[in-house]
Amino acid sequence: MALTPPESRVWWKEPIAKVELTWVIVAFLWGLVMFFMMVYWHVAGEQNLSNEAYRVDPQAFSKKTQAMVDQYTVAKRKSRQGEREFPVVAPPPGTDVYLIARLWEWWPILQLQKGQRYRMHIASLDWLHGFSLQPVNINLQVHPGYEMVFTLTPRDKGEFTIVCNEFCGIGHHGMLGKILVVD
Amino acid sequence: MAIAADFRICPTTGLKVHLPAERLIKANAVVAVVFLAIGGLFGLLVALTRWQAVHLLPADWFYLALTAHGLDVLLVWIIFFEIAVLYFASAVLLNSRIAAPKVGWAAFWMMLIGALTVNVAVLQGASSVMFTSYVPMQAAPHFYLGLIVFAVGALLGCGVFFGTLVIAKEEKTYEGSLPLVTFGALTAAIIAVFTIASGAIILIPTFLWSVGLVSHIDTLMYKLVWWAMGHSSQQINVSAHVAVWYAIAALVLGAKPISEKISRLAFLFYILFLQLASAHHLLADPGLSSEWKIFNTSYAMYLAVLGSLIHGMTVPGSIEAAQRAKGYTKGWFEWLRKAPWGNPAFAGMFLSLVMFGFIGGISGVVLGTEQINLMMHNTLYVPGHFHGTVVAGTTLAFMALTYLLIPLIFRRHVMFPKLAQLQPYLFGIGVLGISVFMMGAGTLGVSRRHWDISFADAALSFDYPPTAFLLMGLNGIAALFAALGGLIYVIVVVSSVFFGKRVEGKIELGSGAGAVAKYGSAGTLKIPGTAVLVTVFFTCFVLYYFVNWKYLSELWPMR
Repeated sequence: MALTPPESRVWWKEPIAKVELTWVIVAFLWGLVMFFMMVYWHVAGEQNLSNEAYRVDPQAFSKKTQAMVDQYTVAKRKSRQGEREFPVVAPPPGTDVYLIARLWEWWPILQLQKGQRYRMHIASLDWLHGFSLQPVNINLQVHPGYEMVFTLTPRDKGEFTIVCNEFCGIGHHGMLGKILVVD
Repeated sequence: MAIAADFRICPTTGLKVHLPAERLIKANAVVAVVFLAIGGLFGLLVALTRWQAVHLLPADWFYLALTAHGLDVLLVWIIFFEIAVLYFASAVLLNSRIAAPKVGWAAFWMMLIGALTVNVAVLQGASSVMFTSYVPMQAAPHFYLGLIVFAVGALLGCGVFFGTLVIAKEEKTYEGSLPLVTFGALTAAIIAVFTIASGAIILIPTFLWSVGLVSHIDTLMYKLVWWAMGHSSQQINVSAHVAVWYAIAALVLGAKPISEKISRLAFLFYILFLQLASAHHLLADPGLSSEWKIFNTSYAMYLAVLGSLIHGMTVPGSIEAAQRAKGYTKGWFEWLRKAPWGNPAFAGMFLSLVMFGFIGGISGVVLGTEQINLMMHNTLYVPGHFHGTVVAGTTLAFMALTYLLIPLIFRRHVMFPKLAQLQPYLFGIGVLGISVFMMGAGTLGVSRRHWDISFADAALSFDYPPTAFLLMGLNGIAALFAALGGLIYVIVVVSSVFFGKRVEGKIELGSGAGAVAKYGSAGTLKIPGTAVLVTVFFTCFVLYYFVNWKYLSELWPMR
């Protein structure tokens, strides 16, 4: 039994039962299917995380974001408690869109057009954060010092919320942002 | 050299038990159970806080409890118990003396002191950094130091295990090759060395950073190396609990592996490929290429998954073969219906097997698929998955083994046998609920490690769908079941170990234990019931896998 040395000294020469061998082969092939499914999706699928990323200095990233905000702010939105204002920024389709993650907010609020492509740049200015777009449910890790770049095409109209889903201290559960998608 | 007076002969198994080894096994197992109780209590507090209607703890206590929960159960309980399993699988199963028992005690004390230091650091409140302690969030220096001391202790324990294997071979205490269970334990120990080395590589600089001697730690590098410890340590658990499955099947039913060769090959796959799993935690991160992610997340084309899939058939297959050899041959499932379901060791083991496969296993592969991970990363799906592996799989298997260690090693009868019978089912149902409800909430986007999903104090407003709140409530109820199961386990174990009636002479472990000599040749092996179970499993796996690709295709396009 499994608690004692194998009864047959040359256990590696024992034949394998057919049912067991069949399962090993099926399981191995299934592994290949799953492996190549990921490769295939890079060719044929529409949802792939880009491989584009840069090391970035938080201040430089902050500056680029500020420039976008200065140029394309279309409205302001007050915080729920009314003490703060978030700029609502509507960069033209096809351009670079910057989003800052910091303790404890996503800044600024973005207004995008449905069906248009945007080049998203996301970075953290301080700790690790998690970009979790709800209710679409796209989830990305946001690092300080790394600028993640990818192309995003909003498919639905409406107000979407960015939740922080990486623990980032005591204010973590209040860290929200918005992406507004209009026609 | 071994002195004869240091040994006793086990009247039930006929094994020669080295008393210093037995004392080490007892100490490690008892401390493990104590930390399970502490960590489990923290877990209950976490679940009751996330149950929005109860919302038990304030925010700072919630994050503190969550940090302590992860450390105490995922690290301390499991590793202490694994060290006990390693000593059992080497010294006891091989009839050998244990190597350097003094080093074994040094390992024990280092692990205990390390674990206590980490707990003190967390309870002091300045180290609520979660189990993962991602930089640049900083914990108190003794938080990292405690972890390092604990890890070095565990490494010494692995060294004692390796030394014992060498001694047993040298002194010819067994014939031929290692028993399969010892082979599985060896797999776990080899992975443990890799794991602990990775831990040292990342935790030592992080400790130096916390005292100001290192100025900067790169966040991506930290995550990559930390998870070489964090995920690999879960693979120690897998190897160890699979070894425990084989051990329980052998002790209770006299089951014998249907093929030594295949089962050992499956363990070998773990050693060769499981270390790549750090990538599972980096699939949604910038700075790593898709080629790297795909190769690593799939353990080089799912070869480690293949190992688990093999055990998933060979363990129930060996049970079926043993039962059929005893005459339970009617239809597909008489062997399973007539299995000793009233024996908590068997019940816990079989529930662990089924839930690890169906819940933890399938969800793990889906979650670890590069693109599908985009829908699940850092949502509650992740803890849902790993409660299916580490709690339903590892913890339940270890609990089941305890019901055999109490009479065999502690030489006491299990007290409150009726409660003990109920325990695996109660705990199992609770964990099943925890896993499934958290995965459900994760599918709806609910964040893990989050104090308030109603966002009451946030500057902007947001609501998760009402179903998410319902699922979190159900999760809280399931956690109550699991906690009750855990409490019964602790009560039964502690009272049996200290106050149980002493075992005299031979004891009955299960319905007709004792080795089944032969199942007949490979050509005549009949395990149709297992074939049906595996087919059902495989069908679920394939369907669930492709359903998730379908969901993914509905996401906003991104590249």
